[in-house]
Amino acid sequence: MASALINVPARAKRGEVIEIKTLISHTMETGFRRTQLGAVIPRDIIRRFVCTYNGTEVFRADLHPAISANPFIVFSTVAIESGTLVFSWTGDNGFSATESAKISVE
Amino acid sequence: MERRTSRRDFLKTAGGIAAGLGLGAVITVEPARATPAEMAEAIRKVVGSARVTPGKVTLDLPPLIENGNAVPLTVTVESPMTEAQHVRAVHVFTEKNPQPNVVSFHLGPRAGRARVATRIRLADSQNVVAICELSDGSLWSDTAGIVVTLAACLEDGI
Repeated sequence: MASALINVPARAKRGEVIEIKTLISHTMETGFRRTQLGAVIPRDIIRRFVCTYNGTEVFRADLHPAISANPFIVFSTVAIESGTLVFSWTGDNGFSATESAKISVE
Repeated sequence: MERRTSRRDFLKTAGGIAAGLGLGAVITVEPARATPAEMAEAIRKVVGSARVTPGKVTLDLPPLIENGNAVPLTVTVESPMTEAQHVRAVHVFTEKNPQPNVVSFHLGPRAGRARVATRIRLADSQNVVAICELSDGSLWSDTAGIVVTLAACLEDGI
């Protein structure tokens, strides 16, 4: 299981724009590199990142091999109601990881 | 008539052959590179045939980076981010990476602020293009040039 770091403010005012930072450990092997024997190292990347806020998708990213190892993504959303933000990453070789964070909105 | 190879001729020929071989080796070793034309094609494939106008988007990249394996990139779009007027997507492309596509971010009115950031790999000193798609369907772009000292993707694997 890949380890992920999520930075979401624990509490926010209603209507406030909050910044979310996410980082997940993953090699993001490009598929363009070769071993010293000349064999191509097969591609192994995260293809998609999705963030849902109480079940509604608020942000999505399609990643390509040009994203650095351990993909770091920063985006923002409006704090509408208290609830849970769910982050999920899916990729090659059946890679899948999910993390969640709680936010209380007053 | 006596034909003798002078030292100068010999060196010239030897140098030429060596250069030829060297070039051949470089061509076989060099991974496939995208070109600006391929980037334009990739852009068309993603955003369609509509006109792309420079403006509204700010692409923040350092002008010079030592390590092309992790280049911080920030894209900001001037937009009120309301239901009626918001940024639908932000796409990033490169000229000289093996593949022109870098990332596509899909936003909406719930984003609140049209600002996204990540870290990318760059295989060479080149231009990077960010294109944003607004809710009215218009396309805006920004281009940034960057000098990369140590390229990504070229180092030996395991």
